[in-house]
Amino acid sequence: MKTIVCRCEDVTLDDVRHALALGFRDLEEVKRYTGLGTGPCQGKECMALCGFILAERGCVPVPFTTRPPVAAVALGTLARGDEEG
Amino acid sequence: MSLPRETDVLIVGGGVMGLGIAYHLAKNGVRDVVVLERSYLNYGASGRNGGGVRMQWSTETNIRLMQESIELCKRFAGELKINIWLRQGGYLFLARAEAERARMERNIALQNRCGVPTRLISPAEAKRIVPELEVSELVCAAHNPRDGIVFPWPFLWGYANQAAARGVAICPFTSVERIVPTGAGFRVQTSRGEVRAQRIVNAAGAWSPEVAKLVGIELPNRPHRHEILSTEPLKPFLKPMVSLLSSGLYFSQSMRGEIVTGISVEDHDDGHVKMGSRLQFLTKVARELVRVMPRLSQVKVLRQWAGPYDVSPDGNPIVGEAPSVPGFYLCCGFVGHGFMMAPVVTKYYGEFLAGSARPAFFDPWRPTRFAEGTLVKEEMILG
Repeated sequence: MKTIVCRCEDVTLDDVRHALALGFRDLEEVKRYTGLGTGPCQGKECMALCGFILAERGCVPVPFTTRPPVAAVALGTLARGDEEG
Repeated sequence: MSLPRETDVLIVGGGVMGLGIAYHLAKNGVRDVVVLERSYLNYGASGRNGGGVRMQWSTETNIRLMQESIELCKRFAGELKINIWLRQGGYLFLARAEAERARMERNIALQNRCGVPTRLISPAEAKRIVPELEVSELVCAAHNPRDGIVFPWPFLWGYANQAAARGVAICPFTSVERIVPTGAGFRVQTSRGEVRAQRIVNAAGAWSPEVAKLVGIELPNRPHRHEILSTEPLKPFLKPMVSLLSSGLYFSQSMRGEIVTGISVEDHDDGHVKMGSRLQFLTKVARELVRVMPRLSQVKVLRQWAGPYDVSPDGNPIVGEAPSVPGFYLCCGFVGHGFMMAPVVTKYYGEFLAGSARPAFFDPWRPTRFAEGTLVKEEMILG
């Protein structure tokens, strides 16, 4: 049976366990090793779940840095934004 | 990883330079190596860059090194046992002004002499390579089909895993606080205890001036924030990395389908590394990108981030043993192109520290050139 942790990037529970087995103990590291949280939802669905898996193994999960924008925005919309932002 | 008490080579910085040098040292028999990284691996510029690898440079040193670096990228998976997603879709530089044409012609002539098949092409020909381009404002373009892109993250896992397998101690979340030269080496105080090292390599990228200060060296390189964004994934359609010489805009399609794009934005230089994201960057890069690729205006931005360039005064790196502190080696000042140069630079740097000949690039990139006033300016810097 395959359990999906990150639906955007198809990262499975086994992938996360494998990363932990290699010694990664930090959400930023697991993100960079598995690609978890880098898809369309930007971790909104998977980060808490991955944090839960880390906590089960005695780690203190610190959320990875949230990247703007909060929701996806079209380039054309941004291009009409003012110079200074 | 527990911190060793003693080592031959202590490398400060767990980026692609530090880990690459560690791997090549171990591969060449020097296994008594410690890598200190103050955060997690991939934290700095190595984990934040656009992944471009190109031979289109303006100095023979850079052109020849990048030819070899791309060859090493092709063999990376076989040697380091990890896929780096190399895709040689080429690099297409676009010029909007006649002045840029002269510069392009000069650089192409030099690249051709080195065996790089770059060609000066018309706007119409550029449009045949990327049909979605708006070429009405262009005067010409430079195209080398052998340039490409990689996915940066696995480089570090590959170097780190293979170095560790050969006995290198890789210590993330360990910062250097004090360095005391002892005459026969160094005593290094870290956040996790003391290490005695025979030699030190400063591969701390944008943080390298801070590390150099610990032994009393003032480096001339300065950190500069460079921002970048990534869009929702699209079906593969964009073959080359495209860059506009006038604005420094660049964009490519990653192997995951996302458009990855960056551009330089003015920043206040206070000597500190800044990695915050700004709306000002989003509007500027979006405006420039939509101007040259109108079809992308409907594509949505998923995330933006920043990374630190390690900018030297002449755009070239600073490498070799520090003249004032024997045993203290520099591998820094790679501006925004350290990642693409790392495969070749770390190979020769690691072999040199393991006893092989001093690499040829140590001469033009020597740290004393700033005092001597013998600078060779690299003009093909983006961002």
